[in-house]
Amino acid sequence: MRRLRTLPPRYWLVLVVVLFFIGLPTVIDSFLSGEWAQALVLAIAIMGLNILIGYSGQLSLGHGAFMALGAYTSAILAHRYKMDYLLTIPIAGLLTGVIGFLFGVPALRLSALYLALATFALAVVTPSLIKRPAELTGGVQGIVLLPPDPPQFAKDAFAAVTGMPMTTDQWTYYVTLAWALVLFWLAWNLVRHRAGRAMRALRDGEVAASASGVNIAGYKTLAFGISALYAGIAGSLFGLGSGFVSPDTFPVALSIQLLVGTVVGGLASIPGPLLGGIFAYFLPIESNQWIPTQTWIPAQIVSTVGKAGPAVTYGAVLILVMIFAPNGVVGLVTAGYTRLRRRLRGVPDRETGQMPPDHQTA
Amino acid sequence: MARIGSRIAAIAALLVAAAACGGSASPTVQTDVGITSNSILLGNTIAQSGPAAAYGTIGNAELAYFTYLNNTQGGINGRKVTFKILDDAYNPAQTVPLTKQLVEQDKVFAMFSGLGTQDQTSVRDYLNAQKVPQLFVATGATTFMADFSQHPYTIGWQPPYQGEGRIYAKDVLTNHASAKIGVLYQNDDYGQDYLKGLTDGLGSNASMIVDKESYDVTAASTASQLATLKAKGADTLFLFTTPAFTIKSLVIVTALHWEPTIYLNSVSNPQVYMGIAAKAGAALKNVTSVGYIKDPTDPQWANDAGMKLYKTVIANCSTCNVNDGFNIYGVAVAYTMADVLNKAGSNLTRANVMSIAASNLNESNPFLLPGVVVKTTSSDHFPITQEQVITWGGTGWNLQGSLIDERGTIK
Amino acid sequence: MQEFLQQVISGVASGGIFASLALALVLIYNAMGLVNFAQGEMAMMATFIAFTLITRGVSYWIAFPVTLAIAFAGGIAIQRIVIRPVERAPLLTLVIITLGLATLLNGLAGAIFGYVPRSFPSPFSVQTVDILGAFFSFRDLGVITVSAAVLLLIYLLLQRTTVGLTMRAAAHHAEASRLLGVRVSWMLALGWGLASAVGAVSGIMVAPIILLEPNMMQTIIIYAFAAAVLGGIESPLGAVIGGLIVGVTVNLAGAYLPFVGGDLQLAVALAIIIGVLVLKPNGLLGRPTVRRV
Repeated sequence: MRRLRTLPPRYWLVLVVVLFFIGLPTVIDSFLSGEWAQALVLAIAIMGLNILIGYSGQLSLGHGAFMALGAYTSAILAHRYKMDYLLTIPIAGLLTGVIGFLFGVPALRLSALYLALATFALAVVTPSLIKRPAELTGGVQGIVLLPPDPPQFAKDAFAAVTGMPMTTDQWTYYVTLAWALVLFWLAWNLVRHRAGRAMRALRDGEVAASASGVNIAGYKTLAFGISALYAGIAGSLFGLGSGFVSPDTFPVALSIQLLVGTVVGGLASIPGPLLGGIFAYFLPIESNQWIPTQTWIPAQIVSTVGKAGPAVTYGAVLILVMIFAPNGVVGLVTAGYTRLRRRLRGVPDRETGQMPPDHQTA
Repeated sequence: MARIGSRIAAIAALLVAAAACGGSASPTVQTDVGITSNSILLGNTIAQSGPAAAYGTIGNAELAYFTYLNNTQGGINGRKVTFKILDDAYNPAQTVPLTKQLVEQDKVFAMFSGLGTQDQTSVRDYLNAQKVPQLFVATGATTFMADFSQHPYTIGWQPPYQGEGRIYAKDVLTNHASAKIGVLYQNDDYGQDYLKGLTDGLGSNASMIVDKESYDVTAASTASQLATLKAKGADTLFLFTTPAFTIKSLVIVTALHWEPTIYLNSVSNPQVYMGIAAKAGAALKNVTSVGYIKDPTDPQWANDAGMKLYKTVIANCSTCNVNDGFNIYGVAVAYTMADVLNKAGSNLTRANVMSIAASNLNESNPFLLPGVVVKTTSSDHFPITQEQVITWGGTGWNLQGSLIDERGTIK
Repeated sequence: MQEFLQQVISGVASGGIFASLALALVLIYNAMGLVNFAQGEMAMMATFIAFTLITRGVSYWIAFPVTLAIAFAGGIAIQRIVIRPVERAPLLTLVIITLGLATLLNGLAGAIFGYVPRSFPSPFSVQTVDILGAFFSFRDLGVITVSAAVLLLIYLLLQRTTVGLTMRAAAHHAEASRLLGVRVSWMLALGWGLASAVGAVSGIMVAPIILLEPNMMQTIIIYAFAAAVLGGIESPLGAVIGGLIVGVTVNLAGAYLPFVGGDLQLAVALAIIIGVLVLKPNGLLGRPTVRRV
């Protein structure tokens, strides 16, 4: 019990969040569970991207392509080869991870800027690459997937709690949540241990890290592979939830969306991707539905936002966050929390060494 | 969360409505989700931002028509039409959650005029499973009309791309029987569907096609493909391309000093586009297309009653350009929608409306070319199958011959 | 043979378009070692400004320089407002900001002007010139000629003027330049202004050919990246040569390689980018750089 009491508050927060997500479908509409599942999908992909950008310092603007690879792997296995969709998820992830690892090898030779360029071009080319092997991918018609029926035990368990059997959307939510929990836990372990430290050393000073004996090539390609694995699983779960994959579901806007989520949530953090995923997913859906109902916003801005769609908001958010809060929401929260704690505990001001005035002696 | 509240409110409203209906002494009124005693709620997903946003005005034009009906006639049989349009940015990944929201939260009566082949495919199974009508989808992809037996809650409206391709085949066989055909087509469902129609329509003469070249929307230019087609000896060129690429291709053809007979598709033929092509240097000689809708910039309809009605209606939309062919399309299809709801009378259920739309339609539409009927029967679920050949006359399109009907030719 | 020549000529024509935008990319890189993902969108915006002026009755030959001036001022403004606060931030931050800018500008243009394509006037006629049976339109020729002229101006500026020298010094050795009294920040702003103006020229020259609409530069910029990377990201001459090579290669690959076909033209550009970066990262005319520890 003593160990429980001495656990840092962070652990309690994590527990609360996990319980929140487990309980969520019981209190919201079924289709909303489907939307939250897609937000978690983005969060998983963003977690992967975060490992690459935040922890190993390599910039990829084309992770939508890896999501497409994972989604199509699952779709083809399930649709053509009649495999159980749940089985296809780890396969899709592994395949994408391997491809990502291989991709990481030539990426080693590219400076950060050029890697960004090359991956951006990849993101733009992805839909046309998907259309090419039309026999396999269904070409422009895409692949329609049968929505999975929840297994009986799930239906019963859910009915025991809420009185209604579990729906497809809720089932996909729980499958996605399970993967999200596993993958977030894995990422947390990764960054705490040697691989994570090595990657952070890379990010902060590649030449110095190399001089200190860190295997640059190995860790960089490893980071690529891992981030691709995450994106692949996210893609596969995406297909599960939406029931349809096609070239137009993986436009360059998706890669931008992932980047926005990574940056807004906070680079090099574990909770960041979760917040980022939720933000990036719900923004386009809410922006042109919610804003027109806010009567205090002048009509000109409303119509501009409406016609411009989320692009203007995404763009503005990217710029503002990078200027004012480059560590994202998590960074803001952590900074605020640290400041607060210091004040409360009377820690001396770092720069001046002065103690805050003592109420009793002032 | 607001959504729980609105869900409870919706259930409460339904209960009250049910109780009210039960106790009513007037003739039995059959209603359904999305219908109240004085309103009908329709839903729509369309691209209003992003690369395909030029189509977005269709939704606004449809809304303008419903507004016109609500203001001048008090709606349809006493019920005003509420039309909720959501932006899916042409991305099926957005179409799915937005459609589910419209069905499960907003509780629309039916989905109307959803745009985009991939987008509407992505929600077709869901809507059919939920038995929510997917009415008059805004795409000519043949599958939405041909595959009715597998998807009885889905119906298209505009002529199928394959039907249009077949009409071109007929015209070529009649007027250019020894043509050497070259085809430039966009490598998506749009271009491929047209090509299939042309090839099927040519039948045993399909060898008239000497070469076909495809391009992706990310191409910088179609010059390379057109040069190849010219080099292969084509003297008849088919452009199964979206408007911007059509215009650019027409310019390139002229720059290549090539004067084939040109067929371009109906999506690209609005006069404004031809004007842009001319200004950019296209010679526009021997250009043929087909049409089924009246073009607002065509002076021959200046005093036409339907065109006048269109101009009155479109005034309800402040952001709509009256000369945009997409807008008269929107008004025309909204006219059909209103017609169907009207015919349903007091039997406003999803099943009945779907049945009328897919199997019992027989309408003449003031915005379509004279003679075009919007018609469906229990064995034929292609609402519009007639188009008329038009040729470019330097300042406008000239109707040629009479309407050609492709009804019954597409299996 | 004639067909081959036509493919090459058409490739040169589109290559000219890529080159004109690549010049702007190279300028920004010379000014601050950054590739500006928003270059295409800035060029597009400038072209829309020119369009607005022309439709309001301003003559083309007045609208052109006015637009250049506005673009120049706009480029400086963007540098001051959006880039300067993060001048010393890592590359990642800057790249993300330029991406954000691109997204923002594209959305704004769509909201203000709509997505319907429009025609744009050109000082060059639509006539063509006959080269051994292959045809080259004067407009395409015009794009290349103007790009060459811009190239010359850039070269003169960077290599033969004090301002140009100061700009390059500020870009490569910021600290040392500061010590020598150079207003590094304003040099960067100047670079942005110039690049924006060059982009405006590109947009105005190519809009008559590719039609004016908010998405007109979205894929052109990828080809322009390929051009700049191939030619050597620091070299304006490389940008032009790279552009022409990319244009021709994309056409020939599409026409003669069946597994590429007409619909994978952009993938060819991607292959060029990756190929160059892996095999010869400094491009054809670039110089290798040394990284200090």
